[in-house]
Amino acid sequence: MRIVVAMSGGVDSSVAALSLVEEGHEVIGISMQLYDQQHGESHFGGCCSIDDLHDARRTASQLGIRHYIVNFEKQFNETVVSTFVREYSVGRTPIPCVQCNGDLKFSHLLERATALGADYIATGHYVRLAKLAHFGQVTLRKGVDPTKDQSYFLFSLTQNQLTRTKFPIGHLTKEEVRSKARASGLAVAGKPDSQELCFVPDGKTSNFVEERAPTVPQPGPIRNSSGLEIGHHTGLHRYTVGQRKGLGLSTSIPLYVLELDSARNSLTVGPRGELERTELTASKVNWIAGPPPDSSRPITARIRHRHPEASATLALLPGNRVSVAFDEPQLAVAPGQAVVFYDADTVLGGGWID
Amino acid sequence: MKRTYLDHNATTPVAPSVSEAMLAALTTIYGNPSSVHGYGQDAKTALDNARGTVAQLLGAEPTEVVFTSGGSESINLAIRGAVASLTSSNRKHLIASSIEHEAVHQTLKALSKQGWTTTLIGVDDSGIIEPQRLASALTDDTALVSIMHANNEIGTIQPIEELAALTHSRGAVFHTDAVQSVGKVPVDVKALDVDLLSLSGHKFNGPKGVGALWIKRGNRLQSQITGGKQERNRRAGTENVPAIIGLGAAAQLTIDNWSASAITTASLRDRLEAGILNGVSQTVLNGDPARRVCNTSSISFAGVEAESLLIALDLEGIAVSTGSACSSGSLAPSHVLRAMGFSTHRTQNSIRFSLGLGSTAAEIDRVIAITPDIVARLRAMRKSARARTGS
Repeated sequence: MRIVVAMSGGVDSSVAALSLVEEGHEVIGISMQLYDQQHGESHFGGCCSIDDLHDARRTASQLGIRHYIVNFEKQFNETVVSTFVREYSVGRTPIPCVQCNGDLKFSHLLERATALGADYIATGHYVRLAKLAHFGQVTLRKGVDPTKDQSYFLFSLTQNQLTRTKFPIGHLTKEEVRSKARASGLAVAGKPDSQELCFVPDGKTSNFVEERAPTVPQPGPIRNSSGLEIGHHTGLHRYTVGQRKGLGLSTSIPLYVLELDSARNSLTVGPRGELERTELTASKVNWIAGPPPDSSRPITARIRHRHPEASATLALLPGNRVSVAFDEPQLAVAPGQAVVFYDADTVLGGGWID
Repeated sequence: MKRTYLDHNATTPVAPSVSEAMLAALTTIYGNPSSVHGYGQDAKTALDNARGTVAQLLGAEPTEVVFTSGGSESINLAIRGAVASLTSSNRKHLIASSIEHEAVHQTLKALSKQGWTTTLIGVDDSGIIEPQRLASALTDDTALVSIMHANNEIGTIQPIEELAALTHSRGAVFHTDAVQSVGKVPVDVKALDVDLLSLSGHKFNGPKGVGALWIKRGNRLQSQITGGKQERNRRAGTENVPAIIGLGAAAQLTIDNWSASAITTASLRDRLEAGILNGVSQTVLNGDPARRVCNTSSISFAGVEAESLLIALDLEGIAVSTGSACSSGSLAPSHVLRAMGFSTHRTQNSIRFSLGLGSTAAEIDRVIAITPDIVARLRAMRKSARARTGS
């Protein structure tokens, strides 16, 4: 089979490519250039800097496969960056990696791969696929390494995308991936994991948003939950629900960000107890395996990447929305993040927290 | 898989006569040309011979030829060296065309930060610089004009004689980047009436890492690499003797075979072009169909991303190119096609086929046979993607 592997230059996608080569497939490596590489060169520490593109090229050469760098700057800017900036501008906390997966890797890249006559695309995500015998459908499952599982970022994928995708390292732990890379002499075997957002230099998200937001974020009041003004914030894009540091308040008990109200440009804070929520609603829900699960069925829900899942009950709402009732109160439910639903290891679906 | 190389404007294979000459040089002619002893004298003689051949190719005198590390260095030496020797003249204005190679554009950009004013003159929709445009841009302040002889992307040949005459009439110096024309069309410095001419060895079956700058006798030029007195004080550093011998051999090959090989190449190019334009719908030629070099065909494929077409052809073993590449190696919109006034899509849907030594009719026929299906597949994919996203 001809398979296109999305190669970031990191050890995970390199081992994904290696595994497919070992299985005897015709593997083509493709790396995506997502932003202008002419300026700032090595400032980017993330998954797609120019050094990483070179690492991908070198790995492909070691594996003896073709490798191409495709220019997705325009698509990345239109889908991922613009959404990221818009979300922060309206007081939400976005996860650009979900759009990057759904709209770039599993959309534009899959199309390119198809046009190149590829049967599948593959990535180095820590997730697994399972075929449902009766429907011919595919379900998405967590990777076996609980510390690396990336299923949270892939809840928006469709059946059409999943049936054309392979995740060659989902059954491995990170340590197994590294030792496989070492055993094959891959130069990237010891390369550190990428951190932060690949397109935000030095992790200064607020600067990034300020440079790109259509209107400059303004300072405004900080209120407590009874509406009393107790301080000033420096622009809502600098805060996220659950944040404690950087509020500039001196109080006897620690205060946390409870809510960002972009209409009034105000920030509401309160003690830890007021951060607790037992319910949330989510929009643009995607049910991966087809029909939504039976509401009487107990499920677990994850409200942040690497956050432990919590038992919950779902109630479907009209307009592709869902209401989630948790058995135990949850801390810091942040609008703009995803809520992803699981049945044990299997991803049922997910949506965007309102 | 059968591999077909149709990217001779990027670089060319080294001709057998060139590699033979170089191999002999690498193993036997290892003296330093500046040395007094016999080893040095042998190397110096080899350099002189190569210089003579390159001069013969250009219709020039051997003393006018300076060997460099390639096209980019020649261009830098021409422009920077000329303007450095002109600093006392009070002329502070430089002109180039908007379709020059980056080596010219970036050099002008660097000089603009040192107080030089620069003007880029446009081209018409066939990529030709109308002399009138240069006439309007020239001032009494203009020190140097740099305009390429043939364009790398579309192969268009500029009316250098006219442009140089206009430049001289205003007292300025004329440099032409002939990297893409040497070996493809006759290049005679007297007929062109230029002052400076850059060329590169690997574009006409010579080795990489060697080029030459022709400097018309009487023109002053300040060396940009200081050190020893090599190349008549115009380029310091021990000469790259094997590569220069290779450049000489490539020049000899061009002198001996040009007229025959140009006819073959042109007929293959025309066969390819007709095959693609007739075999694939919604295709159009970029550039002037008549005033261009014999080996280049730039074709725009509506509804196709050039990046995907290039990759798809490579997977079939066919090596072609698009306009320009980013530092990462991914593809950027072509500044040449943009300068010709084309839409953004057309600057990103064009493929350059460039033929050369070793291209065969069988290869060309295979490309003609394969391309329609690939383009149809790419178009179908793009169409369905657009339908899905509604864009």
